[in-house]
Amino acid sequence: MRAPRRSSAGPLPAWAEVALLPLVNIALAFIVVGVIVAIIGVDPFHALRLLVVGALGSWESIGYTLYYATNFTFTGLAVAVAFHAGLFNIGGEGQAYLGGLGCGLAILALDRWLPAWLMVPIAIAAAALFGAAWAAVPAWLQAWRGSHIVITTIMFNFVASALMVYLMVNVLIAPGSMTPQSRGFAPSGELPAIAGLPLNLSLALALACCVAVWVFLWHTPWGYALRTMGHNPEAAVYAGTNLRRMTMLAMCFSGALAGFVGVNELMGVHHRIVLDFQAGYGFAGIAVALMGRNHPLGVLLAALLFGALQQGGAELAFEIPTITREMVVVIQGLIILFSGALAHLPRPWLQLLFARRAS
Amino acid sequence: MDEAFSFVFLMLASTLRVATPLVLCAMGGLFSEKGGIVDVGLEGKMLMAAFFAAATSAITGSAWAGVAAAVIAAEALALLHGLACVTYRGNQVVSGVAINILAAGLTVVLGTAWFARGGQTPPLVGDQRLMPIFLPEAGDNILVYVALLSVPFTWWIIARTRFGLRLRAVGEMPLAVDAAGLSVASLRYRAVLLCGLFAGLAGAYLSIGQNAGFSRDMTAGQGFIALAAIIFGKWRAWPAFGACLIFGLLDAVAIRLQGVRLPGLGEVPVQLIQAMPYLLTMFLLAGFIGRAVAPKAAGVPYEKEH
Amino acid sequence: MQALTPAPAAIELRGIDKSFGVVHAVRGVSLRIEPGTITGIVGENGAGKSTLMSILYGLYRADAGEIWIGGQPAEMASPRDAIGHGIGMVHQHFMLIDTFTVLENLVLGAEGGALLAGGLAAARAELARLARDYGLSVDPDARVADLSVGEQQRVEILKVLFRGARILILDEPSAVLTPQETDRLFDILRTLKARGVTIILITHKLREIVAATDRVYVMRQGKIVAERRTRDTGSEELAELMVGRKVRLDLEKVPVRQGEILLSTEHLSLVDDRGVRLLDDVGIELRAGEIVGIAGITGNGQSELLQVLSGIRAPSAGRLTVCGHTIDPGHPGNPAHMRELGLAHVPEDRLRQGLVAAFLASETSILGYQDGPPFTRNYLLDGPAVGAHCAELMERFDVRPRSPGLRSSHFSGGNQQKLVLAREIARLPRVLLVGQPTRGVDIGAIEFIHRELVKARDSGCAMLVVSVELDEILSLADRILVMFAGRIVGEVEPGRADERTLGLMMTGAAAA
Repeated sequence: MRAPRRSSAGPLPAWAEVALLPLVNIALAFIVVGVIVAIIGVDPFHALRLLVVGALGSWESIGYTLYYATNFTFTGLAVAVAFHAGLFNIGGEGQAYLGGLGCGLAILALDRWLPAWLMVPIAIAAAALFGAAWAAVPAWLQAWRGSHIVITTIMFNFVASALMVYLMVNVLIAPGSMTPQSRGFAPSGELPAIAGLPLNLSLALALACCVAVWVFLWHTPWGYALRTMGHNPEAAVYAGTNLRRMTMLAMCFSGALAGFVGVNELMGVHHRIVLDFQAGYGFAGIAVALMGRNHPLGVLLAALLFGALQQGGAELAFEIPTITREMVVVIQGLIILFSGALAHLPRPWLQLLFARRAS
Repeated sequence: MDEAFSFVFLMLASTLRVATPLVLCAMGGLFSEKGGIVDVGLEGKMLMAAFFAAATSAITGSAWAGVAAAVIAAEALALLHGLACVTYRGNQVVSGVAINILAAGLTVVLGTAWFARGGQTPPLVGDQRLMPIFLPEAGDNILVYVALLSVPFTWWIIARTRFGLRLRAVGEMPLAVDAAGLSVASLRYRAVLLCGLFAGLAGAYLSIGQNAGFSRDMTAGQGFIALAAIIFGKWRAWPAFGACLIFGLLDAVAIRLQGVRLPGLGEVPVQLIQAMPYLLTMFLLAGFIGRAVAPKAAGVPYEKEH
Repeated sequence: MQALTPAPAAIELRGIDKSFGVVHAVRGVSLRIEPGTITGIVGENGAGKSTLMSILYGLYRADAGEIWIGGQPAEMASPRDAIGHGIGMVHQHFMLIDTFTVLENLVLGAEGGALLAGGLAAARAELARLARDYGLSVDPDARVADLSVGEQQRVEILKVLFRGARILILDEPSAVLTPQETDRLFDILRTLKARGVTIILITHKLREIVAATDRVYVMRQGKIVAERRTRDTGSEELAELMVGRKVRLDLEKVPVRQGEILLSTEHLSLVDDRGVRLLDDVGIELRAGEIVGIAGITGNGQSELLQVLSGIRAPSAGRLTVCGHTIDPGHPGNPAHMRELGLAHVPEDRLRQGLVAAFLASETSILGYQDGPPFTRNYLLDGPAVGAHCAELMERFDVRPRSPGLRSSHFSGGNQQKLVLAREIARLPRVLLVGQPTRGVDIGAIEFIHRELVKARDSGCAMLVVSVELDEILSLADRILVMFAGRIVGEVEPGRADERTLGLMMTGAAAA
């Protein structure tokens, strides 16, 4: 017998690993989207042109793109921080929801008495606090009771949803309102926005969060310990890190970041508490983090892409009635699939390519 | 007396109606998880199946064609999950999430493109639906009985057959299965495909049995409730069935209790009852109600050489 | 007329070669195993024995080479092929499913039909027959998780026999057994041999080779370096062949100058969740300027001792005093606190504990010391200081390549170990715990590491060295403590120790 020598072409060069492989993964996702668009009976290239123009064609559309990107940055960072700690937080949806509730409650309670310079920071802190608290329960269950955080965060998304519906329908609904929404915020509870656009000061908050996450993860001893836990929990214990406390810290940080979606949506746009303002952003955060390789800069770039898709998709749906906005959701799903679960799919092809070039 | 009887009967019937897709989904998920593949994509498979069932039935006029299409659609996603988790050893949770999002988007995109009704399929009538067999007021279509039979079937397969033994083994310790000369990949693919079959039937039940057509996001978290039922049943068929019935009953009660004041309690929020399956499962996972131990290798890709 | 050809070999390997990435694990191995014999394959940890057997069993595919079974070439693409050729393997880590019964484990992969009931009944009868024939009795309905390690191994052997294997491979079978269980195992192997089964025994324990085998192959660094008939050789020759150097390292050491007691334990015990006593009434004293060596067979509490002394696990009873600070069950320590007290710890398994493979070398060089100055100032990590620190460590300990920006996983085992050791010694700890100082490290690095450890001792460090390599303990230690079953069973001075007495003590057969 001669054992067949498996052509184990060497590892990919670093730049291919960091840049080329993710790009190939995204390209694969878009190829599949193109096929779906063609099945629907629309010319994919025409659709792509409309999408790009819709996302970037005017100052107005760029404003919308940045507004959407703000949300994606928050949830993407939330997933990334948890990932670095070796935790898979798919509860961004619920944490964003509760974050909105937090800032909304703070504003409803205080906006008549406090000036904006005091109200806004308090409301932002309340969003962070509520988001963190909603992540703290699954974190506690994992750290002390050993229940799996993936399952508990999923469950908590639904609990958050039920809680919000109850509160909006029975408690917070504005008197005389037919739809479940709270009374409007006083101006002190509103974030300054660009006239006529949803784009508001939250974008600055998102950028600040990117910097904060970067500094925290790579330039503080806590971030160092958090990453140690994510890569090698046993080494973290050896180094003297308390895994339970670190799990709590990572999840609370993650939940607070997700909670800021509420700031962008409620304080920036709706100016009242509404239902389902967070819909889809929490899950899309997984795609953003995967695409951005869990690095704040990557997350920011991925969030811009997703913001552009969201805005461009809306314009596309407006131009071509047979395509709905949900096409964007399809793209998100495919990106998660190709840059997450099937991330290694193109690796052998690339290895072969590089091996052939080398010889 | 008669009234009490009819009340109990109606409650039972509505419990069973609500529980049917949960039971089917839970039995499917059980095969997958027993084989070591975590499936948070039950929801997406069921949704996709529901859409294709209604769409096919609306176009062909045959409910049976709808059922077949539902199973094919769910199996396609199941294969995708298998490809990602078994062949490419990707993260099983990520793959499941991707399938959920993909299904949520694709059903609406295709629905709008094909029927131009904002993501809904045309209302189904007559032979386009699965009709009750014995009791018209109970809605006992064929899939209700399939769901009831799926429980002993699942139990029997897992506990009493060669395939079941190997499935349990591959979910606990795939290396031992490999060392015994069996193919880990083939066993896991079979588990994933069985899961697709049941999720497909559950989806068909939703859109052409229980309801008369597909509407966007019509699964509304039932895939996750099925997942909760599996955990609640501690990865065993009969207890998982029991959990589905409890969750179904909760739902039936929630509809009954809407706006009703209970003596001493006041009005019980419907949302609280709806959140009960999740809350109960959280309590169980926290170890407050016994201990739920998942198959040891669930969620871990099998890698032989490293 | 043609001459009578000799009976074909049970197994013949020709030029087997296998690499994992950059690691060349098996290099052109050829060997021949006669039917009805017990053949030993010895070698140090990492010599390639297990990889070679995994190839024979179809778990790995060789990059090159041929396998012949009973005179016929054979393709071993998967364990199924190996089983088909009558080969069975008892792995070092048992391939048993904890939640299954013995019977269920037995039939897995050989169920004899689509329904279990018939197969299980047949297996029950077959099990009774095997128990009678080979004296291997075990309760068929017991859950594997509830069995002792020795019983679990018996189930593994039964699994192999149940499949009708005629060739049995045992990978380090005694690593997890008590001496009594090991003796029992060898009785079983002799019975099997008498009934014509061919047995391959992989081990790094020479006593077992001498006691049980007919023929022995010695492996070193992926190659077969010698073949002997067991009765023509002895432990000493085999030991030298195995390590490829004189067994005793000649280490220049000045006589010990003991100082004050820096670490001591009294009645220290550790009991795990299941009530197993891992440490039992351990009392040790460690003085400044001495190296105390802990000798023992793997799994007799050495790992747990290091964990408790370093603050990773809290003791269940007794107390531990480190540099004047007391730790007991009511006042558990933690590794960070222990470091503050001046205790450093080189962990037994550098990849699992001592470093983070994905981290840069510079990041690994501060693991455990990241809090506080000099690496953290004003709540921020000082990147340049960390890099400079790592570069300095690399220079002093000759870590190659000298690249603080390279990922830790890209260094060889020896250089990783030197980096971890450098990190722990650099702070001039008052107490240093070292687990397996040179596991998987090449010879040049071994001598370097030993000299550095002695240097630290000479400068007044109190040092505890745990090693499974007896010669390492003998050359490094000023005092030797022997551990068995979680207890310290004796103390020996290295000058008066020989391997035989130590060996007897390590198996609990004798006390000093």
